[in-house]
Amino acid sequence: MSVQAMLHRRPALRLAGLLTPALLWLGLFYLVPLGFLLATAFFATDSFTGRVLYTFTTENVVEVLTNPAYLLTVVRTVAVAVGVTALCVVLAVPLAAYMALVAGPRARPVLVALVVTPLWASYLVKGYAWRVLLAPEGPLGGLSPGYGWVAVVLTLTYLWLPYMILPVYAGIDGMRGSYVDAAADLGARPWTAFRTVVVPLLGPAVAAGSVFTFSLSLGDYITVQLVGGTNQMLGNIVYANFSTDLPFAAAVALLPLLVMAAYLLTIRRTGALERL
Amino acid sequence: MILSTGARWLLRLAAAAVLTFIYAPLVLVALNAFSTSVTFAWPPPGYTLRWWQAAASNEGVRTALVTSVEVALAAAVIAVVLGTLASMALVRYDFFGRDAVSLLVLLPIALPGIVTGIALNTLFTQALGGLTFFTLVVGHATFCIVIVVNNASARLRRMSSTAEEASLDLGATPWTTWWRVTLPALRGALFGGGLLAFALSFDEIIVTTFTAGPGLQTLPLWIFQNLFRPNQAPVVNVAAVVLVVISVLPVYLANRLSGGSAGATTK
Repeated sequence: MSVQAMLHRRPALRLAGLLTPALLWLGLFYLVPLGFLLATAFFATDSFTGRVLYTFTTENVVEVLTNPAYLLTVVRTVAVAVGVTALCVVLAVPLAAYMALVAGPRARPVLVALVVTPLWASYLVKGYAWRVLLAPEGPLGGLSPGYGWVAVVLTLTYLWLPYMILPVYAGIDGMRGSYVDAAADLGARPWTAFRTVVVPLLGPAVAAGSVFTFSLSLGDYITVQLVGGTNQMLGNIVYANFSTDLPFAAAVALLPLLVMAAYLLTIRRTGALERL
Repeated sequence: MILSTGARWLLRLAAAAVLTFIYAPLVLVALNAFSTSVTFAWPPPGYTLRWWQAAASNEGVRTALVTSVEVALAAAVIAVVLGTLASMALVRYDFFGRDAVSLLVLLPIALPGIVTGIALNTLFTQALGGLTFFTLVVGHATFCIVIVVNNASARLRRMSSTAEEASLDLGATPWTTWWRVTLPALRGALFGGGLLAFALSFDEIIVTTFTAGPGLQTLPLWIFQNLFRPNQAPVVNVAAVVLVVISVLPVYLANRLSGGSAGATTK
């Protein structure tokens, strides 16, 4: 009995020992800060000193949720995130299809490495590269759309594209030799097989990739400063206010958080979250 | 799938176009770091190492580089310790709330960086007495944990637990088993995960902006501050190339150490 009890108890103790450090850390330095963010959005600011006053007020949250200027920024930011995600899908599918269906087995890992490596090159440097590329006297010359929303969508697409290519590639790769061959055996032409078998099955893979392309675009404030001209996204409002009016910045930061939470809840049904 | 020759060529062309799209801007920055033109005239009128000398003797760049390395090392060490323990729990045990723990580990990079950044900023400035070097390390370690967890979990899943069970059955304590059986098998994956965490921390800017103590400057912060100053542009290009090389090199090494898949799932 005592041995059995020990065997029952010790794995649980070991599990607790393994889990506690990371959970404590993420609790203290992630969940608690998120709670602070939420609470801070309901505090006020002393307009002379810029210090946070710990008195409850809904002023900032109401302002953010009702002022048309901020709602317009939300719409613009979400539109950019949607545009970036759509463009990422359009670029990712042909490359992923090539990698999974045309490239040989030895070329595949090389191609994956080619797609992944730029992810590790600095975000800032890549944004900066596009600033140089799209400059009025830059290499693109007259073809450059100039600094503005088009440039923002292009640059963000460039930045997050690998996040979309990888799950889509994994998705198509997983269909090789099964569904795709079955479709061919049953007489479907390649294009029909692609349209009626591959594309519908890509849903979860695209959803998994979109978590990153959508979320990372939603919170961006640097790319739009680099190539967006005078345009502003939600992140810029947070960035411009966090050192002078933290409660207001916190209230604005709740917006991308809300949009993202809604997005995650929506796509959870596709099973995409298990693929991250 | 039997694709027609035409379809194959179409896919090849499309793939080549997308890969060009991915690499052309990076090549452009690298070339400009050696260009004799201060305004990046295209094509570069000539090549020089002058900007590299200017960058090497630039006090701001050097201090920032040292700070970046210190922060990335500290964050990577914390992430390796916490991430390894967590991955053991997530792979080797089945427990209530395991999915929730996985999600919690992933959230700091799945949610926009600006949210993580400002949330940490409110905690540090309102409750913990302000921003320092330490707060910057904490911010980085928080989003680096997931990298180590992914890397170590992938290895743990490929390793069967029979060696560990044998060790325990033969009377070794859990500690001895960990030290003599599990850790030697995991070492490469952990070192790889640490390198990836280093690389991720090294070029991060958003969380950095919100958690760095006053006066602290990492290399990305230095670049961002000097980006809009035309006379600094050539040195910015050099710093950019250094930044890319120092973050891509560890990833290459990590890939060799952990058997090819490192960083493929999650940056």
